[in-house]
Amino acid sequence: MAVDDVTITEVKLGGRRGGPDVPTLRTDKWWKLPLTTVVVLSAFVVYATWAAFLGTSNFFYEAHNLLSPFYSPCFGHICQTNNVTSSPFLDWWKFSPALIILVFPLGFRMTCYYYRKAYYRSFWRSPVACAVQDAHTKYTGETKAPLIIQNIHRYFFYFGLVFNVLLTVDAVQAFIWPGGGVHMSIGTLVLCLNASLLWLYSLSCHACRHMCGGQVRNFSQHPIRHKLWKFVTPLNAKHMQFAWMSLVVVALTDVYVRLVASGTITDLKIF
Amino acid sequence: MTDLTMRIWRGDENGGELVDYTIESQENEVVLDVIHRLQATQIPDLACRWNCKAGKCGSCSAEINGMPRLMCMTRMDQLPQGPVTITPMRTFPIIRDLVTDVSFNYEMAKRVPAFNPPPMPEGGYRMQQIDVERGQEFRKCIECFMCQNVCHVIRDHEENKVNYAGPRFFIRYAELEMHPLDTNDRRELVREKMGLGLCNITKCCTEVCPEHIKITDNAIIPLKERAVDAHYDPVAWLGRKITGRKKRTADEAAADRP
Ligand code: SF4
Ligand code: SF4
Ligand code: FES
Repeated sequence: MAVDDVTITEVKLGGRRGGPDVPTLRTDKWWKLPLTTVVVLSAFVVYATWAAFLGTSNFFYEAHNLLSPFYSPCFGHICQTNNVTSSPFLDWWKFSPALIILVFPLGFRMTCYYYRKAYYRSFWRSPVACAVQDAHTKYTGETKAPLIIQNIHRYFFYFGLVFNVLLTVDAVQAFIWPGGGVHMSIGTLVLCLNASLLWLYSLSCHACRHMCGGQVRNFSQHPIRHKLWKFVTPLNAKHMQFAWMSLVVVALTDVYVRLVASGTITDLKIF
Repeated sequence: MTDLTMRIWRGDENGGELVDYTIESQENEVVLDVIHRLQATQIPDLACRWNCKAGKCGSCSAEINGMPRLMCMTRMDQLPQGPVTITPMRTFPIIRDLVTDVSFNYEMAKRVPAFNPPPMPEGGYRMQQIDVERGQEFRKCIECFMCQNVCHVIRDHEENKVNYAGPRFFIRYAELEMHPLDTNDRRELVREKMGLGLCNITKCCTEVCPEHIKITDNAIIPLKERAVDAHYDPVAWLGRKITGRKKRTADEAAADRP
């Protein structure tokens, strides 16, 4: 079947529509959800910008080996002056390593099918809620630049996996303290929670589900891929929840490490 | 018994207005019951479509307090106090009162290239249960067209109707793309001519579907990912440029994986 063989039947345009000409007739509080999205996402962006540009100290708590996820993998001059010994490369890089690191998770989240829904609705208001008029008169969706770029989401997913591995390594390293021996503190648990949520967020990604098995026509001929697909499908149904949880927890992990590293609170030792 | 105010849109292609009708409330009614009582007692000329009164024929789609819903499945006692606004589906041309001309959808249905199985093997076609199950969700569609109606791509942008299959037909394309016996590859078609890229996955179709079909997650996004496989994937594109090979079909691509 070639695309050009398909008959494009005619559609009548411009018929008069029924109902009053108002943007919406909804009477419920439809603006609540988009408003919450705007508030939480903006707060995250402001905090992450501060943490990346200005928070260039206290992102590492040496005594318990706790590294902020925003600064992992730590590289460059700043990491050496903060005694992060795990990755002492690129010492000529004088800026915050977070400026480079954050590009990848940011790209992953910006092109994520869930976040697209969230910001198209709340920030771009296209549409802000169902059956509420689109805020724009012209609309081309994701067919033209720049939004056509959303199609590379799967590559950001792969980068995301690399970061998940790195953050998992950080969480494991947080059990090994400089004085020697294996220990656990609240901070270790926070890092573990953060890494787990990021894994759940990645594994529940729609591109992941597609590549695991969604892509095949014939499950019966691809039993392994069918199993993988069956494993990620229930996670995929919770993608929104994982998106929010991991976003909030990654920021709180950074906050926690900073509070501990600056001596504001003590990181309680469990053993 | 208290009184209800039903605010119903009355009119046709020459225009119309919302008109308030007062009627006594009764227990355990759905919106369609009240409409029928109004027809029987006050407004015999009120036009509305209905058929099964069981949420299965997809005829009674309308907008209740601004949200697309089936009149026969919307209980009066679950609506907030105050007047109940009932308007026809907004996206399609009006015929009269609550009745719209939904032929846009039939045109889009005609465009879908038919199921195209290989020649019948000896002993007939066989399908495994897991492959049968996959498309079942999409077959629950009752063609109420509320997903088409709520979709802002055509609800707010009439010009897009020319090249936009819409969520109801994206599930049809998805079903065929996931059918092990179908030999057509419709990925380029949905991308180029059926407006798959116009959908911005804001999920209103999923929100209003009375059959709770996960239209966006299970049909549209899988189609978008297939369009990436077939067309957008930058690495595959580079590979094609270097090797001079043609785009592969879905089955060839899938066969390469374990
Ligand atoms: S998810 Fe896509 S198809 Fe569904 S209503 Fe939104 S824009 Fe339309
Ligand atoms: S997919 Fe759901 S909303 Fe759309 S026509 Fe079918 S039943 Fe109605
Ligand atoms: S009357 Fe059949 S779906 Fe409402």
